[in-house]
Amino acid sequence: MTKPLIQYFLALLLAPLLPGIINRVKAFFGGRRGVPLFQLYFDLYKLARKVPVYSRTTTWLFRFGPVAGLAAMLCALMIVPFGGRPSFLSFEGDLILLVYLLGLARFTTVLAALDTGSGFEGMGASREAQFAVFAEPAFFLALAALARGGGGLSLSGIFSNLTPAAWLTASPILTLVTASLFIVFLAENSRVPVDDPNTHLELTMIHEVMVLDHSGPDLAFIFYGAALKLWTLGALIACVILPRHSGSWLVDSGAFVLAMFALAAAVGVVESVMGRLRLLKVPHLLMTALTFSILALIFQAGR
Amino acid sequence: MTELPRLSHLQAAGLDALAPLPPDDFYKAAAGRLKAGGRAVSYFGFPEEGRSAPLENGSAGTRLVMILAFDAERRLEVLSMSAGDSFRALTPDFPQLHLFEREIAEQTGLRCDGHPWLKPVRYPLKAGSPIPPGTADFFRVHGAEVHEVAVGPVHAGVIEPGHFRFQCHGEQVFHLEIALGYQHRGIERRLIGGPGQLTSHYLETLAGDTTIGHASAYCRAVESLSGTPVPARGEFLRALMLELERLANHTGDLGALAGDVAYLPTASFCGRLRGDFLNMSALICGNRFGRGMIIPGGTAFDLDHALIKELRLRLDAAFGDVENAADLLWGSSSVMERFEGTGIVSRETALALGLTGPAARASGVRRDVRRDFPAGAYLNLKAPLPEDAPESGDVRARAYTRWLEIKHSYELINGLLDSLPSGPVFAEPGAMKPESFTVSLEEGWRGEICHTAITDKAGKFRSYKIKDPSFNNWQGLAMALRGAQISDFPLCNKSFNLSYCGHDL
Repeated sequence: MTKPLIQYFLALLLAPLLPGIINRVKAFFGGRRGVPLFQLYFDLYKLARKVPVYSRTTTWLFRFGPVAGLAAMLCALMIVPFGGRPSFLSFEGDLILLVYLLGLARFTTVLAALDTGSGFEGMGASREAQFAVFAEPAFFLALAALARGGGGLSLSGIFSNLTPAAWLTASPILTLVTASLFIVFLAENSRVPVDDPNTHLELTMIHEVMVLDHSGPDLAFIFYGAALKLWTLGALIACVILPRHSGSWLVDSGAFVLAMFALAAAVGVVESVMGRLRLLKVPHLLMTALTFSILALIFQAGR
Repeated sequence: MTELPRLSHLQAAGLDALAPLPPDDFYKAAAGRLKAGGRAVSYFGFPEEGRSAPLENGSAGTRLVMILAFDAERRLEVLSMSAGDSFRALTPDFPQLHLFEREIAEQTGLRCDGHPWLKPVRYPLKAGSPIPPGTADFFRVHGAEVHEVAVGPVHAGVIEPGHFRFQCHGEQVFHLEIALGYQHRGIERRLIGGPGQLTSHYLETLAGDTTIGHASAYCRAVESLSGTPVPARGEFLRALMLELERLANHTGDLGALAGDVAYLPTASFCGRLRGDFLNMSALICGNRFGRGMIIPGGTAFDLDHALIKELRLRLDAAFGDVENAADLLWGSSSVMERFEGTGIVSRETALALGLTGPAARASGVRRDVRRDFPAGAYLNLKAPLPEDAPESGDVRARAYTRWLEIKHSYELINGLLDSLPSGPVFAEPGAMKPESFTVSLEEGWRGEICHTAITDKAGKFRSYKIKDPSFNNWQGLAMALRGAQISDFPLCNKSFNLSYCGHDL
């Protein structure tokens, strides 16, 4: 029981490092030095000590959003395996819970955004909800394709079952699943080419515009929740690419953490070499992910 | 029809050239000339003799002056009339006059009959103005599914204030209305009675990024009114500074456009390179924006051999880097996908609204003051844009036009440095002729700058009218957004990159 707990706390501790890595890679490509690797930790510390400001037009929903969002992500993280090792919350069907927890976080964020009554936030909420329609099935079907390979409807089961040998026998399926998960990963975490996390232009934002009115600890919750989401979805990709291969917990965990860092670096590279999609084209990208997932599921079923 | 007074660019004329036509003849002549392809370069009013301030009751009225340009024929014409308490709007037939007529009504207090959209341009002078101050009605689209988005005047970035009102259906924009005037400082009124010690300062800071453009236009106006010949070397240095300003701003714009679509490499490189070009201006005159360089009579600083060598070295290095950054941009399919077909302004729209500068050229309207009304070192300029320059009027065309102009400016600067004449850079200007007027045009990096100066009996400014290219082009941005996606607004806005303070004066 101690190992899953250590894994969980390691994930909580390391998650804010991922945005730092992305930023450093982007800075490298832009010829800049960039913000410190641990900037998000500093920001969280700073925000946590501030007094939040609430608009008089908002209700409890506005305060509830960030808390519920972070709580959902903390629960989601319990389900996600660490380096192919079982997580401490696993049961038959937990992958469905994961999808719903992500949906819950989105739902509360959207409600809090609508609660402000701001035209910008309403626009962001509408975009977030619209793109989720395409992202969620892609994500869910990718997990279904993995589940179909054996291990039942539990993420821990699936990834204990997944070995490097699977890449020899079922590489097309795993490639499709990885590609689909990576697109969903970029979209869900509001990265380029779907969203631009660095822009100050409210009219073009998706996720960032929904949290414009939050401040202080609430904003810290949102930032930390976003980092955990990055970790949660990233962990699934890392587990697919790098299945459990050695008997040693230390080696597996070390390799997994390195894979997570490499994934963050990959995101940084993607953001450095391409521009953002036109908002109208985002559904096309997500439909691609959905198609990959469906194909993977069909191939898996035919195996 | 009577022959209209011809006007030569930068040639002081007596006030008899502004002899007023009877109002009906004026409207008829103006409509005829505009229909014949004329373009209103400037249209303004100033108080008649014996009238000290606008909006003063029982006074002799207002003289309206319209300056028309026929770019292809390189011809300027001037029309004038005397208005008592009202004038007729020609906007319904000629949309390019839209903002000019609003401005006249606001500045002179004349009633503008038949104007379809009479709102403040900046801020009405005082009580008694036909436009009540703070008129904030916006064109509205009604319907259950239509929503209104208001942006500004306080923005998220460090940019100037302006209010943008969108009428949207979902993500689609039906109409955009832009309300400016938050930066109004009353510069034109301050210039009356000048030139004084502060005149140069006002003009250099009128639009900070167009320091050289406005300073040159002002100096040329003073020189033509005083009959001062500027030494050839001074003219070359002015052209050099103007092109450096163009290089810096166009490079910055390419970077900003890349930044708006989250394309990191070009955004980062161009941000630095803009600074490199600004530093070249600083190398010459000690100020990154070129303040204090352009003075009536020539330039305040000269170049020596060591400085020319250093300048060439820096210029070649910076241009090579811009070339790389631009190649990255044009070579990136994700960026081109975003630029192409976004924010289209058709050639017809550009002509109807009288757009100027790169924004007009990108829509296929190839007007350029440097070629159409050349002065100084630009007399033998070859075509600034190649024949096959883009004319699609979208963001890509506006971006690519900037790149072509960067290349042209680089060649131009090299040519200027190669053939720099020797001699002085400055000739002491004499006193300005009394009761004269002159029109001074300059192609700033945003487009056509027009300064019209009228002197009084003492040879001081009786009226000084400034038209920044932004004054023409803001309406172009509004039209680019028609039917577009609201999320494309920032990108379209950057592709025009207009000045708020240049408009607000």
